[in-house]
Amino acid sequence: MNILKTLAIGIAALGLSAPAAMAEWQPRKPIDFVIMAGPGGGADQIARFIQSVAEKKDMTSRPLIPNNKGGGSGAEALIWLNSTNDPDHTILVTLNSFFSTPIRQPDLNIDIQTFTPIAMMGVDPFALWVHKDSGIETFEQWVDAVKAADGEYTTGGTGTGQEDSIVFAYVNNAFDLKSKYIPFDGGGAVAAALAGKQIMATVNNPAEARGFFQSGDVRPLLVFSDEQMSAYPGIPTLKEKGHDFSYYNQRAVVGAPGMSDEAAAYYQKLFEDIFNSEEWQGYLEAESLSPLWMNPEEQRAYWQLQVENHTKLLSGMK
Amino acid sequence: MEILSLLGDGILVAVQPLNLLLIFVGVTLGLFIGAMPGLGSVNGVAILLPITFLVPPGSAIIFLAAIYYGAMYGGAISSITLGIPGASTAVATTFDGRPLALQGKARLALVAAAIASFVGGTVSVVLFTGFAPLLATVALSFGPPEIFALMLLAFATFVGLGGDDIPKTVFSICFGLVLATVGFDQISGAPRLILLDMNGFLGGISFLVLAIGVYGIGEMIWTIESTRGEVTNTEAKITAKGIIEDTGTTFKRGWKGMSIGSFLGFFVGVLPAAGATPASLMSYGVTKMLSKRPDEFGKGHVGGVAAPESANNSASTGSMLPMLTLGIPGSPTTAILLGGMVIWGLTPGPRLFVEQSDFVWGLIGSFYVSNLFALIVNLAFIPLFIWMLRMPFTVLAPLIFVLSVVGGYAAMQDMFDIWLLLIFGFGAFFLRKFDYPVAPAVLAIVLGPIAEPTLRQSLLLSSGDPSIFFNRPISAPIMIVAIILILMPAFKYLRPRRAKPAE
Repeated sequence: MNILKTLAIGIAALGLSAPAAMAEWQPRKPIDFVIMAGPGGGADQIARFIQSVAEKKDMTSRPLIPNNKGGGSGAEALIWLNSTNDPDHTILVTLNSFFSTPIRQPDLNIDIQTFTPIAMMGVDPFALWVHKDSGIETFEQWVDAVKAADGEYTTGGTGTGQEDSIVFAYVNNAFDLKSKYIPFDGGGAVAAALAGKQIMATVNNPAEARGFFQSGDVRPLLVFSDEQMSAYPGIPTLKEKGHDFSYYNQRAVVGAPGMSDEAAAYYQKLFEDIFNSEEWQGYLEAESLSPLWMNPEEQRAYWQLQVENHTKLLSGMK
Repeated sequence: MEILSLLGDGILVAVQPLNLLLIFVGVTLGLFIGAMPGLGSVNGVAILLPITFLVPPGSAIIFLAAIYYGAMYGGAISSITLGIPGASTAVATTFDGRPLALQGKARLALVAAAIASFVGGTVSVVLFTGFAPLLATVALSFGPPEIFALMLLAFATFVGLGGDDIPKTVFSICFGLVLATVGFDQISGAPRLILLDMNGFLGGISFLVLAIGVYGIGEMIWTIESTRGEVTNTEAKITAKGIIEDTGTTFKRGWKGMSIGSFLGFFVGVLPAAGATPASLMSYGVTKMLSKRPDEFGKGHVGGVAAPESANNSASTGSMLPMLTLGIPGSPTTAILLGGMVIWGLTPGPRLFVEQSDFVWGLIGSFYVSNLFALIVNLAFIPLFIWMLRMPFTVLAPLIFVLSVVGGYAAMQDMFDIWLLLIFGFGAFFLRKFDYPVAPAVLAIVLGPIAEPTLRQSLLLSSGDPSIFFNRPISAPIMIVAIILILMPAFKYLRPRRAKPAE
């Protein structure tokens, strides 16, 4: 279907404005490929994967140069894009802190609707994990264990106000639980802390927990996706437990505010090609991400919805 | 002896013609990337990652690991010859490497660095081969309280040293800790100490910018001021005999530093979130503390070159361990390697050793071969590096200045960093004029970002009760040793007073 769409657009473009097609925009210098997280985490892995696909298939005339700006839950990256003097060569790999950080830090004066939508590459689900030695087999047992610990149950995740803490806050609220939350520097560190029994539960993404899941050290109890995940057969969703809540981390690419329409069209085409590549589709499958392709208008609408959701979720946290 | 046969197979993989060529190219490239101020193994590996899609994954990671090794050897070169740390992992090498070069003993320093790197690299690979699965379990048992205790111990080695002025050392550490808090707070996500509301401070103060400012620019001003430009540098002749002599001297005077660096470096490297820079600084501190002549450190002691150089190589092997077995990067460079593995379709984690045994043992085999190659390539290039030093200081000083500025800009490509670099350069010069030690501040800015979050995580775990550091089996002994070391100067101060009236 996508091929048909591309073909239709191609024919339309040819028929309408042959001269314009010749003057198509191309990057004139290396593209600043900003990543909203530190090296090694989920967003970073995705950015480097995308870069490698573009490189392998020689899809860009100038290279994508990864640039990690993870400070302040991504605030550093948002400021970097907001103040760039070359918006046509600056793009950003985002996660949900794209929505939550501007809400939590209004002083930054970031309006995400000024950014340029490029591509939604997929969404990454969350799951609740415990160590196999905990003896906890089901979500109900977990709820009982947290209640029995009376506030001494320790959970962990990424920085306060980021994705993991939002999920835990929702669960605690919904089931009337009290637990401690320890922030760590990235999903990899969180996974290791659970495997080393420094903490008792996490809400890692499947990719982050995969190594220890395969070795049998950790066990999923619940998934926060809309439907059960094929990677974890029989593990219930939160919706099945009677709460209408699902949560995903967005893996999307956006352009700097003020990017020209020609440049935006170029990047939209580039990332559509990457999205449809065999490599990316294989990656989505292997890392249990769900594909969720959107056009630019749909992306803007999605941003609006997510800002509303996150405003609600964050106001519910203390 | 199953391990030995697996290792034998691994080495056979590493010496296949394609892999051997990649190792040679990798260590040579790495050597020069490491020697260029501002470019370190992180940049080298990141830039060359896409190229590796042309070869099979096993060869690709061998190539990147060779670059990583080469850069660890190369970082020492500009630290010694120019006084500019070639990479953040080689900052501690400037402490004694630069004074040696100024005394005309650049060859000795360079040979010591190469030999120590080789020893560190080899010891760590042997440890890696023998104890990888066991050490992975140990690394997991290091939670926030244990890591904080280790950081405190590192600070203690700098405070508890004889010779230096203790209050000035403490001041210097505190100053470094304050600088380390600039930028976004990792735990709460709130911005801190954004001086004058300048956006450049949001990302925190880059350690490399600080190090190049302090050691590149600061050292240059210091040399100009103290010699009025009349320095003629080294005139060491390079002969094979001389290199062999220097090797002997390295083993005689630097064996202690090398042993400490090799073992401590490996262990620190294995811990998640630490890496080669803290490892090299900690090894320097411990070696100085355990030396019979700690006052010679900082003035050109061979052990002061051998310790950090063996440690940074050893740590770089060590940091591969949590990457392969736990899927968590032990250093920024391994974080990029980890990304590479995902792209090549390999899952790092506890199952990797079983499921991808060929890949893992090929990589381990390549560690042995890479180390040997890096040593030979490094020794072969020493004449070239010495030749640079023959230039008169009037030529060398502008060169140092240009390289420092370019190096500071290369990291983030932000003019803001250049101004910061110049301010640090002048600041360091004045601190030195007033006799404040600069190294403790440098240590603090590296370890502060590890110590602070782990302290806060520990206290969150215990709901604010500090006894968490003393009732866990690993953190308790480390904490107690650290506290004794910190209090040692006070004991020393009290003892002579009591002794005197008795006489």
